[in-house]
Amino acid sequence: MESSRRRFIKMAGIAAVGLSAHPAIKAVAAAPEHGPQYTLKTGDQALQAKQWAMVIDTRRLKTDHDLEPLIEACHKTHNVPHFTEKNHEIKWIWETHFHNAFPGNTSNYMSEEVEHRPYLVLCNHCQNPPCVRACPTKATFKRDSDGVVMMDMHRCIGCRFCMAACPYGSRSFNFKDPLLGLNEKEINLTFPRRMKGVVEKCNFCVERLAVGQRPACVEASGGALLFGDLTDPDSEVRHALRENFTIRRKPSLGTEPCVYYIV
Amino acid sequence: MLDLALKGNKSYWTWLAGLTAVIGTAFIFYLWQLQFGLGITGMSRDVSWGFYIANFTYLVGVAAGGVMVVLPYYLHDYKAYGKVTILGEFLAVAALIMCLLFIVVDLGQPSRAMNVLLYPTPNSVLFWDAMVLNGYLLINLVVGWNVLEAERNGVHYQKWLKPIIYLSIPFAVSIHTVTAFLYSGLPGRGFWMTAILAPRFLSSAFAAGPSLLILLCLFIRNTTKFDPGKEQIQSLGKTVAYAICINVFFFLCEVFVAFYSNIPEHMDHIKYLFVGFHGHNALVPWMWTSMGLMALGIILTVNPSTRKNETTLAVACAAIIGGTWIDKGLGMISGGFVPNPLHEVTEYAPSGPEIVITVGIYAIGALILTVLYKMAIGVKEETHG
Amino acid sequence: MNDKKWIVLGLILFVGLFSFPFWFNVGKAAPAPEVVLTEQAKAAKECVMPTDFMKTEHMQLLDVWRLKVVRDGVSQFVNADGKEFDMSLSNTCLDCHSNKAEFCDRCHNYASVNPYCWDCHIDNPKGDK
Repeated sequence: MESSRRRFIKMAGIAAVGLSAHPAIKAVAAAPEHGPQYTLKTGDQALQAKQWAMVIDTRRLKTDHDLEPLIEACHKTHNVPHFTEKNHEIKWIWETHFHNAFPGNTSNYMSEEVEHRPYLVLCNHCQNPPCVRACPTKATFKRDSDGVVMMDMHRCIGCRFCMAACPYGSRSFNFKDPLLGLNEKEINLTFPRRMKGVVEKCNFCVERLAVGQRPACVEASGGALLFGDLTDPDSEVRHALRENFTIRRKPSLGTEPCVYYIV
Repeated sequence: MLDLALKGNKSYWTWLAGLTAVIGTAFIFYLWQLQFGLGITGMSRDVSWGFYIANFTYLVGVAAGGVMVVLPYYLHDYKAYGKVTILGEFLAVAALIMCLLFIVVDLGQPSRAMNVLLYPTPNSVLFWDAMVLNGYLLINLVVGWNVLEAERNGVHYQKWLKPIIYLSIPFAVSIHTVTAFLYSGLPGRGFWMTAILAPRFLSSAFAAGPSLLILLCLFIRNTTKFDPGKEQIQSLGKTVAYAICINVFFFLCEVFVAFYSNIPEHMDHIKYLFVGFHGHNALVPWMWTSMGLMALGIILTVNPSTRKNETTLAVACAAIIGGTWIDKGLGMISGGFVPNPLHEVTEYAPSGPEIVITVGIYAIGALILTVLYKMAIGVKEETHG
Repeated sequence: MNDKKWIVLGLILFVGLFSFPFWFNVGKAAPAPEVVLTEQAKAAKECVMPTDFMKTEHMQLLDVWRLKVVRDGVSQFVNADGKEFDMSLSNTCLDCHSNKAEFCDRCHNYASVNPYCWDCHIDNPKGDK
């Protein structure tokens, strides 16, 4: 009696597990890669590259005043909330000091002008991104088509491993509903917001590239920010790299950042 | 065997009811966190992991520490531990369940947790950590339960358990190694990027786990008819003595490397923890307390007369549990995030709700441990009594 | 084993409670919802895919869209008639179906599904209520 009852309960348990797994298996199996008669393609206008890169000419961005419109353009376009509590801050692109942007690269008795210039920092869209290595769900990934390090907000579980992995502090976490930090009237209706509990960061304006526009910060910079394909010797970034001495943030870590600075 | 956990005296049921009340309270706070987001914690953009992940790390150590009774018994045939292996295994079960809960409460989108399995990503250490933690939990549950049931029925445990028992030993090492790899493989976090992090985690685990086991054994002897045994407690005491010495030695190795090489990126974190950094010093008293407690633990466990006296041994164990908890639970995680990659200092302290939720998870662990130990001791009383 | 009556009583209670929603609602089926098309949607005659397909498969199609746009950088959808669309919930779907409450919500409420699309995607891209 005792053992047969136990066996019955065991079997029932196994059956229950099996049944509950069934719909999930079916849902995965049934998801069509391509439904009937349609095709998908890249837009005709889309800007394309093997690896997008940016060159920041810091000589032309001398004061906070010069940077503000760039940051504003980015944060407005992407509905980046503004929170006054420092702990909940969300930043895609922001300004910082030389010794913060380039720790370990500071020199003594530097040119005061260089040292006191504001420096723009953002996601470096690394060629070897440590955040992508760390993500347990491929919610952050390096896009094969153009090298942009992307966030899939639908998949992110909010474990924040990528934030620990990023050596540039480029990532922000939605500690609360971002809507609390957005002015309803100023929301960009064509770009989604985020939900609480996911990580976000600069996306190199992929939504603009897809329709043939350059990133919002580049457009607002009046030529101080250059943008182009790192693999194309004729691109404007390659011209700039050839003609100027540039530095990158923490190159010794082997991440191969794709944002370059003319100092 | 669960029937054994349904018979208990008044204090047993009062204890369980108390734990349930704590869990219920914490659950309400967790609902608040679900509704508002992780903003109710003290975490920030700069210190993006806090109390939850720190306690998770500590408890992985407690779980791995259980292997210190399993290994001598099954590999070296050290018979005396036959009486206490089950206590080590069930301690690991309770600790691992707490670990998994700490991960879940730390997620921004817990409803998507299964994405880790839907989109398995072998290049992520977190994926492997989920695998080994769940694997070790399953192993300990299966082995502990079946061996205990065999003991109750007066038969030898099933043959197929033997390979699983052997497997549990490397698994115990793996859970804490993989957990250390979560941190030590990250570029730009000088405090964690050290090959000795995994050995250091293991040594503190092998000190903290057996220390807790000693305290539990003493408690069991005083409150039940089952005596885990003097010899067993003394042997565990020796394990603790070695492990805590090695742990402190490893830490001093870190200090040497950081300060003799004089590389700021490695020194700054240790400076922040022990003397303060640019005027930020919230953790300084804690870290020195931790060092003091571990030193006390070393003195009391290495010295034969104080180790053999069970009262001083208990004091030593409590000191070691406290010391390693501060070291791993407060210093290890915050220390790695301060200063941040841009060399700015944002300090971290857990918020009230964060502490309540943490206490709630410990209460769940205590509840599970109580029920499992009640069963185990019930069987021991039946067979030995 | 003299707990039989308690076990049976427990089982009856459990089954009764478990099936409560079914027998409580017997004979009270809510009428199937009617979705309202905007003038713009009526004028377009057909959605990105045939209506029957859209009725049953729009969620899978949206899933393909979001995967392709976010993960592969492919942004254009070409249907059987060769018509091209931008794959965007806010900017394409809701451009036509700007009456979310009468179009999306009615059916979703009836089927008791609660998609979280609108946590992030704007439900009135034109900004009018």
